[in-house]
Amino acid sequence: MDARRVPRTVSDPKVRQVGFFTPGAPPDRSHSGPPHPASSSPPVADISPSGNSLSPVMIPPPRHLSAELPRGSHLPHAPLSPMRARDSIPVGSYNPSEFASPTASEFTEDALSPNWPVRRSNSGKFASSLPAGGFDMSSVKQNNFPASSLTTVSIVKMPPGITEKDGGAGVEVQKERNKVGSKPLKEKTTKAQRRALQEAQRAAKAAAKADGSETPAASSGVITSANANQLKASKASLQRKDSSPVAAPEKRSSDRAPDKDRKKDVPHPRMQFDDETRVEKAKKRSVVKQTEAKNRVELFRHLPQYEHGTRLADLESKLFQLDPVHPAVYKVGLRYLAGDISGGNARCIAMLQAFQESIKDYSTPPERALIRDLTTKINSYVSFMIECRPLSISMGNAIRFLKTRIAKLPLSLSESEAKAILLSDIDRFINEKIILADKVIVKHAVTKITDGDVLLTYGSSSAVELLLLHAHELGKKFRVVVVDSRPKLEGKLLLRRLVGKGISCTYTHINAVSYIMHEVTRVFLGASSVLSNGTVYSRVGTASVAMVAHQFRIPVLVCCEAYKFYERVQLDSICSNELGDPDAIAKIPGRNEINCLDDWPNSENLQLLNLIYDATPSDYVSMIITDYGMIPPTSVPVIVREYRREHLWT
Amino acid sequence: MPDIQGVVNEFIDKLKKRKVEGSLETAQLTAELLRSVISAQKLPPTNQAAALIEAVRDVGEKLIAANPVELSVGNIVRRVLHIIREEDVSLLTSDTGNLTLLPGGDEKETVGQGDQCDPFAAAIGAESLRPQLLHMLLGNMPNSAAACHTYSFGENAEEKSKSDIFGRSRKLKHDVIEAINVLIEDIDTSHELIGEQAVEHIHQSEVILTLGQSRTVLEFLRAAKDNKRSFRVFVAEGAPRYQGHALAQELVGRGLKTTVITDSAVFAMISRTNMVIVGVHAVMANGGVIAPVGMNMVALAAQKHAVPFVVVAGIHKLCPLYPDNPEVSSNNLRSPSELLEFGEFSACMDFGCLGGAPLVHVMNPVFDYVPPELVSLIITDIGGHKPSYVYRLINDYYSSEDFVLNPKDASLKV
Repeated sequence: MDARRVPRTVSDPKVRQVGFFTPGAPPDRSHSGPPHPASSSPPVADISPSGNSLSPVMIPPPRHLSAELPRGSHLPHAPLSPMRARDSIPVGSYNPSEFASPTASEFTEDALSPNWPVRRSNSGKFASSLPAGGFDMSSVKQNNFPASSLTTVSIVKMPPGITEKDGGAGVEVQKERNKVGSKPLKEKTTKAQRRALQEAQRAAKAAAKADGSETPAASSGVITSANANQLKASKASLQRKDSSPVAAPEKRSSDRAPDKDRKKDVPHPRMQFDDETRVEKAKKRSVVKQTEAKNRVELFRHLPQYEHGTRLADLESKLFQLDPVHPAVYKVGLRYLAGDISGGNARCIAMLQAFQESIKDYSTPPERALIRDLTTKINSYVSFMIECRPLSISMGNAIRFLKTRIAKLPLSLSESEAKAILLSDIDRFINEKIILADKVIVKHAVTKITDGDVLLTYGSSSAVELLLLHAHELGKKFRVVVVDSRPKLEGKLLLRRLVGKGISCTYTHINAVSYIMHEVTRVFLGASSVLSNGTVYSRVGTASVAMVAHQFRIPVLVCCEAYKFYERVQLDSICSNELGDPDAIAKIPGRNEINCLDDWPNSENLQLLNLIYDATPSDYVSMIITDYGMIPPTSVPVIVREYRREHLWT
Repeated sequence: MPDIQGVVNEFIDKLKKRKVEGSLETAQLTAELLRSVISAQKLPPTNQAAALIEAVRDVGEKLIAANPVELSVGNIVRRVLHIIREEDVSLLTSDTGNLTLLPGGDEKETVGQGDQCDPFAAAIGAESLRPQLLHMLLGNMPNSAAACHTYSFGENAEEKSKSDIFGRSRKLKHDVIEAINVLIEDIDTSHELIGEQAVEHIHQSEVILTLGQSRTVLEFLRAAKDNKRSFRVFVAEGAPRYQGHALAQELVGRGLKTTVITDSAVFAMISRTNMVIVGVHAVMANGGVIAPVGMNMVALAAQKHAVPFVVVAGIHKLCPLYPDNPEVSSNNLRSPSELLEFGEFSACMDFGCLGGAPLVHVMNPVFDYVPPELVSLIITDIGGHKPSYVYRLINDYYSSEDFVLNPKDASLKV
């Protein structure tokens, strides 16, 4: 190991802490200074103005391989500091091989340390998250010249990257690394080349993720197997490293926090369906035969749009051939496709229950670890469901929860114990995050209804419905305006249920909302998700209703369970959305005289667009009512962060 | 005249039953009806204009009462009244002009006829009309420049010089009918005139959004297309009548790239739109417009995204009234069956249950009011105007005496 690399290997926080004492060392970022021992007392890093302005305290503890691997390949890695320039690596390019590998011993230690999961979930900001001293020692030993590079910020940052990358890497990796000389050259590709490579790798990764074939290897949470599989793992990590470097630079600038949690949080780009090669790949894997819809709207090429109607029959015929898909999951998928289940909560609960069924029937195949194999299974189920209908954000969050739970299962558990834990976890999720959350929301929201109110709601939201029914049970005197829109006409169903309970209702269509708004005193809306910029992502038309209410100075209250909050941001309804069946636009039930568009597929110039969601700007939202209380839209990111932490811990 | 009365009643009946809809059609029919009313009207030897005005106003009041929401009826009635006044004034001025400019000739004529009172009366009449005349002249300056229905003074003067009293009674009627013919022609050709301006507003590869169906919009877009502009149109279907489907079909038939969206998707799509072009039901005096239901939502969304909201409207849609609570006072509620199928909730809509108050109300309004601050531009057959200029246009086309046809009628406020 040559001195230059060593600094990077310093992965343990302690070393960094030590560095505090020797502030003098730092400044020579620009030139590669000879490592001097004094700096071995590390934390120069803090003092040195880091390009990233991170203090060592913020550095997250190295994470365990298992945690990192599943996503590692596509995740942004630790930002590189200018330091790297010394190594003749172009600044900003990511050369994984550059990172000193922790030795095998380090790795195992790392792996075995029980704190890992906890620390991982901790955002790196907390000093408490620093790894135990013992660990540090080992790493220090590893470094021949611990002090040398500590001075620079880069060092500080490197550790996470190292651990992340090399966690699984064995000695082999290290050897590999020693060949560094050649690697940097390789890295000096043009931006375009890197871009291309990155694209390709992303595609490959998406493919892998979708069919779950690769994931099992990656998703290992298995510490015990880590040693046994070290060779394998190291290979895997190597591969991954090869592929990942390109992806990293992009995020580096924006993502300053070295802690992996943060990075993990950055949502990876969604599948863009205007990318033909990727669509081709995805098609090959898909279970459901999907015909591209004709006359697609140019603006929405990036979203999947398939012929409706053909898929259901096709899928039904495959009922007995779909080996990998559990019948319960299959059933739910079909119901999604047929539109039997709609609404974020209903879909999410149905999915989780199907997963429960499949977990009950699950048995680990011989020579495979439950944690890995089950994750694979879940992944394949999820991709099946996506083919039936794109996931809602609530479902995405629930899946993430489930996967975290699986990954965190203690290895010592037997299969039946593990399954029992998972089943109860899912139950708990459904009860706490959905059912109980709704109750809390209703409890909060009902205080906002007073006698004589005229409440307007749009479409059919389960939370709002519960609220209205509860308020009615409390004997409040109010009227409800149900606003509806084509093509789903969900409001009609809501109207029927409300009227069934004896609530006085007014029913109208969305165009008349300006007319009816004069008499309204409150607007209650449901949401499919609330994004962290406060945007409410909900049934299409919600934005219009909120806008008109805003114009009339009427408060808009959005009821949304906190598990639907999402860290992504969105400004318009175009970039990400879901497209429904265009035929639903052409045909108007009960109005047979309107048939101008019946032959729309035959005319090239005519397209029908059936958007499912839209994004309501946060300006129009007076308040969001969640299970954590009533908050302004600006507080959503706070909830997302806090909730997420809790979510990982529990 | 029983036959005229019959025709009038028939039209009133149609209006009441909403058999006649659409401002263009209504305007045409009203103008034609008034033309026949005028031609059938027997005029007294003196004060003919007043008699004509009286007759037209009588019929007009009934027509307006038959469907107060169809503002174009009132517009045409007022236009016709304005025409009568103008023709009358122009006849008088030509006569008095003759008196002053050609004293010799005139004197000869009057002396020859031995009736000296009449020119005097005419002169006095003209004198009494003077303030009004000034007002008219001011008001008409742009109008006559725009080559509309009024006859130029020179022509009249030339003809007038030969007219006698008996000739004049025929002359007034004849002139008014001529002017009404021009008006009808104007209404018919307003699409073309508006369409001619399309190229100035629609640019290559723009995205236009519209809602519902309007013939003016169709012609406007077609004109732009004919001028080799290629652009894309989003058509919101316009629930509950879904006329957007028909518009989309027509646009596709003319080779335009058209995308039909639901009304609820307007907000989502407007962020990618360059311009909103809509047809309206009426343009009010303050520049606000009464439009098919849903338009207020579209206008608000357009404002939010800083997209120009352009109204295309023939001049016959120009209404000299100021809107007062327009959402209610000039609106119609259509049948609930367009929203809920018959029988679906009929039990709940029954006034017999729950002590007289039905559990379910269904609102199905026809019109929306878009306030002037949401309208970027109003394109009429005589050019584009800001909403704030509409009051001025109104002075060109209407006489202020006619704004309130029946002073007792409080439902129409000025």
